[in-house]
Amino acid sequence: MLKINNLHVSVADKPILKGLTLDVPAGEVHAVMGPNGAGKSTLGYSLSGRPGYEVTDGSASWNGADLLDIEPAERAAAGLFLSFQYPIEIPGVPAMTFIRTALNAQKRARGEEEVSAPAFLKQVKAASQSLKMDFDMLKRPLNVGFSGGEKKRMEILQMALLEPSLLILDETDSGLDIDALRIVADGVNAMRSPERSMLVITHYQRLLDYIKPDRVHVLAGGRIVASGGPELAHELEAEGYDKFLPEAA
Amino acid sequence: MKALARLDLTDAATFPSRRVEEWKYSDLKRFLREAPEPSGTAVVGAPGPFYDLGGDAVVFANGRPVGVKDYIASGDQTLRLRFISDAVGTGHTAAARIVARPGARLLLLETHEGKGSAYVAHNKVEIDVAADAEVIRIVLTDEPADAISVAEAEVRLEAGGRYRQTIVATGAKLQRHETRLRHGAEGADARVDGLYLLNGARHSDQTSVIDHVSPNGTTSQLIKGVVRDEARGVFQGKILVQKGADETDARMGHHGLIASDRGEIDVKPELIIYADEVQCAHGATVGTLDESALFYMQQRGVSADEARALLTHAFLIEVVDRIEHEGAREVVREWLTARL
Repeated sequence: MLKINNLHVSVADKPILKGLTLDVPAGEVHAVMGPNGAGKSTLGYSLSGRPGYEVTDGSASWNGADLLDIEPAERAAAGLFLSFQYPIEIPGVPAMTFIRTALNAQKRARGEEEVSAPAFLKQVKAASQSLKMDFDMLKRPLNVGFSGGEKKRMEILQMALLEPSLLILDETDSGLDIDALRIVADGVNAMRSPERSMLVITHYQRLLDYIKPDRVHVLAGGRIVASGGPELAHELEAEGYDKFLPEAA
Repeated sequence: MKALARLDLTDAATFPSRRVEEWKYSDLKRFLREAPEPSGTAVVGAPGPFYDLGGDAVVFANGRPVGVKDYIASGDQTLRLRFISDAVGTGHTAAARIVARPGARLLLLETHEGKGSAYVAHNKVEIDVAADAEVIRIVLTDEPADAISVAEAEVRLEAGGRYRQTIVATGAKLQRHETRLRHGAEGADARVDGLYLLNGARHSDQTSVIDHVSPNGTTSQLIKGVVRDEARGVFQGKILVQKGADETDARMGHHGLIASDRGEIDVKPELIIYADEVQCAHGATVGTLDESALFYMQQRGVSADEARALLTHAFLIEVVDRIEHEGAREVVREWLTARL
């Protein structure tokens, strides 16, 4: 279970998250929706430990282990995966080399045996096929020159191979056409399991037609201001975020 | 080229200070005020990093030739040229002469292997590339952090001569590799590459002067380097295209990464052109490791140190990939990977 309690996060001394509290039980998919500037991306970055996102108060734990106290790579080894809104290009490092390096680093950190090159190749081939990705893309430097849709598929491919237990999807639908969205959503849905928790961060309701959440939360002004079932997403789509915006602002 | 007093370790008056323009970033005088005592003899120990590639060997131990000091190549040959230092606080000078006869193909594997501490090494090599000959020269350095090491290469290309140089430098207290190359006849083709990977307070200077005096010559240069800690990398590249050296094609690039708060990279590219109908270009960049790339990699489980090493490797490997001899390229690749 992901437990976030009273989380305060500042970026360049500017408070962005102001007492965010949220629980995601194992096996559930929760959506976090909110207007621009509400702190949606900050939530993903601070949970994954991006430098510059300073936690000033509160706590966050995954399956009982404190997340905020450990290095970003340790959080990954503990099961946390953040799918980036804008995946980063890594020149000079072939995608396949990178994923295998990451997978084995995680396995080492958990005291598991590393995966051999032939076994990994087999896994990659199967995973790239189900995401309808050109295998040759995996030999190219990671994300360099990839289209927006290709980059998102590469994120889902990494997710499938790294098998994280806590998935945070940051605006995964941005930049995707409807076909790509379906493929990406299928990839995410294939990951659903009783042990996994997912946090789907999105501005639009559209993604939630494909990845059906158990709960929907509204993030505004750095806090969760409303929670409800999937119907809340439709309500937001119809009525907008206005009624949740801080009146003082 | 301007006459500069030839460096002579026995005469402190020849030690350049930073007031000499060519030594502005590598102040030898600052570290070396007096002529060092001459080094004693040294024993040649380990076989050197290129041993597995076979071929002949020309070896200097503390400046003294162990066997021959000159080498003439004809046909296809491999030569390991080893400058071995094993001294404490003393100095030595070595001079080698390499000739590739017309049509010869020489793989020249040069190593600067140092043991001991605070020594001063001055290694010189003259390389003549005759008409239609080819020399691939790879230079690896592995010297103590407190050593001073100055290497000078004088390269002369004849008509249609091909020369490929890659210097892989890990620095020293002061380390300089100076290459003076002359396109002496028509249609010569030179590549003058290098990389440096420096940590601690190490310093590495790659200085080259490429002189096109004949037409249709080609020069391509790619230097890449990474400095960490308080290390300092220096690249000074000068390309001269003399009157009459028409149709010269010369390209120079230097790209550096500073991976710490206190590292420093000094770059001085110069193109001096007196001829017509030439193609010349240079590009120089100095940046830092991409923080968002580092975070992305860590988010996927790669430790901060490994992420830095991967990015550093990816940055530098472009120079290694340009080495045309596969066996040598693999040795350099492994050698570099082991030092990330």
